[in-house]
Amino acid sequence: MNDRSQPSSEDLTDVMPHAAHRHVDSSAMRFMGSDKKKLVLVGNPNVGKSVFFNHLTGLYVDVSNFPGTTVEVSHGHHPKFAVFDTPGIYGVSSFNDEERVARDIILEADIVLNVVDAVHLERDLFLTLQLIDMGKKMVVCLNMMDEAKLRGLTIDVEELSNRLGVPVLPTTAIHRTGFDGLDQHIAQACTGTSDSRLHRQLHDLLNRVGSQEEALMVLEGDSVIAERHGIEPGDERELIYVERRNRVNRILDRVVTVSEQKRTLAHTLGRISISPRWGLPFLLVVLYGLYLFVGSFIAQDVVGFTEKTIGDRIFEPFVKDQVARIAAVDITVEKIGLDAAGKETTLGSRVFSFPDGTGSNGNLKDEMSKYRDGGTNNLHYDFKSPVAVVFFGEFGAFSMTVTYLLFLLLPLVLGFYVSLSILEDSGYLPRLATFVDRSLNGLGLNGRAIIPLILGFGCVTMATITTRLLGSDREKRIATTILQFAIPCSAQLAVIAALLATAGVKATLIYAAVIFTVFIAIGTALDKALPGTSSPLLLDLPPMRLPRAGNVLQKTWTRTLSFMKEATPWFFVGALAVSVMQVTGVLDSWTKLLSPVTTGWLKLPAEASTAFVMGLVRRDFGAAGLYQMHLTPMQVVVALTTITLFVPCIASLMVMIKERGAREGLVIWAGSWVLAFGIGGLVALAVL
Amino acid sequence: MTTLYDVRRGMAGTIVGLPSGAELRSQCIRLGLMIGASFQCLERLPGGTIVLETHRQEIALGNALAREIEVVMEKE
Repeated sequence: MNDRSQPSSEDLTDVMPHAAHRHVDSSAMRFMGSDKKKLVLVGNPNVGKSVFFNHLTGLYVDVSNFPGTTVEVSHGHHPKFAVFDTPGIYGVSSFNDEERVARDIILEADIVLNVVDAVHLERDLFLTLQLIDMGKKMVVCLNMMDEAKLRGLTIDVEELSNRLGVPVLPTTAIHRTGFDGLDQHIAQACTGTSDSRLHRQLHDLLNRVGSQEEALMVLEGDSVIAERHGIEPGDERELIYVERRNRVNRILDRVVTVSEQKRTLAHTLGRISISPRWGLPFLLVVLYGLYLFVGSFIAQDVVGFTEKTIGDRIFEPFVKDQVARIAAVDITVEKIGLDAAGKETTLGSRVFSFPDGTGSNGNLKDEMSKYRDGGTNNLHYDFKSPVAVVFFGEFGAFSMTVTYLLFLLLPLVLGFYVSLSILEDSGYLPRLATFVDRSLNGLGLNGRAIIPLILGFGCVTMATITTRLLGSDREKRIATTILQFAIPCSAQLAVIAALLATAGVKATLIYAAVIFTVFIAIGTALDKALPGTSSPLLLDLPPMRLPRAGNVLQKTWTRTLSFMKEATPWFFVGALAVSVMQVTGVLDSWTKLLSPVTTGWLKLPAEASTAFVMGLVRRDFGAAGLYQMHLTPMQVVVALTTITLFVPCIASLMVMIKERGAREGLVIWAGSWVLAFGIGGLVALAVL
Repeated sequence: MTTLYDVRRGMAGTIVGLPSGAELRSQCIRLGLMIGASFQCLERLPGGTIVLETHRQEIALGNALAREIEVVMEKE
């Protein structure tokens, strides 16, 4: 504590740096710098804040149903305000990253718009009362009034408003009910009725901290805020929390009446999903549905059309054809027909050489057209100039990269995000976390970790970002490591599935058993090796709901867009790197360098090293590289085991370094080399 | 000492003791799990993950946490 009897110079040295520090340190302040008043949306997870944000700013914001998935903060503009969203939180404090982010933004707010779920007031009013105790100018939107009615809840809005001392507007955001009065409602924002005893305590602190909100944070033991002011954090958090909870209960006794509650289908499904007997079948049905949609429909049917037909046969030949007019090239035309079983088969192929480009040899070009005969062809352009290879060749930045991004990745990512948004909005994810909690304990994780692990099957990069929602650094480390090692992403999974389909059931079972064993082994080993214990599961289970199509689609779109924005540059960088390696001969020397490992230890053909180089850039590149080789079923097992455990893609590595720091990121990355080739070799010893 | 870990599906009781970690305790209180709160056990999964209802909120707790929360059961 600051001792007031200390010489003033002591006070100065203590206070000045902290006073300066407060402004330098407050990233929220920098982030939120705006001339307009700052309106901040605050609420528990999944209360419909996104719709309010959307309404106020015309922008859409991504909010998930699983407590804690939104870490990014969105902001937009309203004619009168700069509007900021915050992650869904249960209270203002610093128990995790989202709370810290939300806290800093709330502290900078001019007006708080607190969205509460009318069905879930017991949970939500804790945050409301805390915001009131902070002395914030605020208004409350009592959302999901339609559902409250459906569930037999009657809420006396006027009494609630009287008790809180702030305006309360009943709304049903999804139907925009009550939104007409929103602007007028916000204009009436005021400070509410805070706890009188607490108010006195705050008053004492106010002189030293400068604002009621920060005084409350200090009193509630927030060490970061206390440090900003150079004072000791208070130790009264628990007392304040208990009193606040009691206030919530007292208010609700007066405000809410419950008539007979109807048991909805959603409620029944919610129960089934966590039942010891039916939870697993329920999960299997969900997974099967996901497989049918993403694994079968999107990955095979849709991507088969977009990648093979649009990408490989329309887009790339078109682009390459333009370049081939002026660049030296050998074009291999492969004629494709259907065999008796209706599968595509090569009917014949011929190479056409254009040393000066197709533009200067019209005769040969005509001959080639004749040979192509208007039927289905695969065209391979072998450019002679290194520049043409780098940009338009096999791994070209403007050929393959575009195909990969638009015709392979985009449909997969869209399909994946649709599924994820449905799962989130339905309220199933927290229940799944509950159901698998005990199983994940053995890996040093709690049930929450199922979210990044499931996401990993979509995209490891994205999943690595969501490890933020885990309770402790230890868990983040374990989950990140498992993700980077043992979870193949959807793009890779699609190629793996195709390869395994040709290799047979036995190969598939061996592959699955090896990867699963490694998954368990890594988790168990890390749990034993890392100091400390992991945090236990403590989760609020929101009601199960039928997801709304509009919400799901908007969410899918926002997420897909932001994912594509992030992934695209890395694809170009990766493709350029591999292409440059190809034209400079580095790819060849690499293949030779690795060949003792590939041929001697893994017992694979020497070309397999190319697949590993490709795998450095993108996981699915690597697997796709194997696709071209003629491997025996057991070689497929060895090759796939190695490529699955091999390093994550470049985008993933970058995100991992950002989230976990350079040292840990690179250790995991380097470790995957050792593990991939080590395990791959052992499998080779066993099966080859 | 009876803890939440010992509770079976359908049983009702009252919380009489919270976990020792200050942060964890605060998080419990925030969700309404505090001394004197009555609850009903909605589900107990194998391994001891507990789902309970208190003040019309459904809350899931891992077995390690359930073992730290002391309860008194209602008489049948």
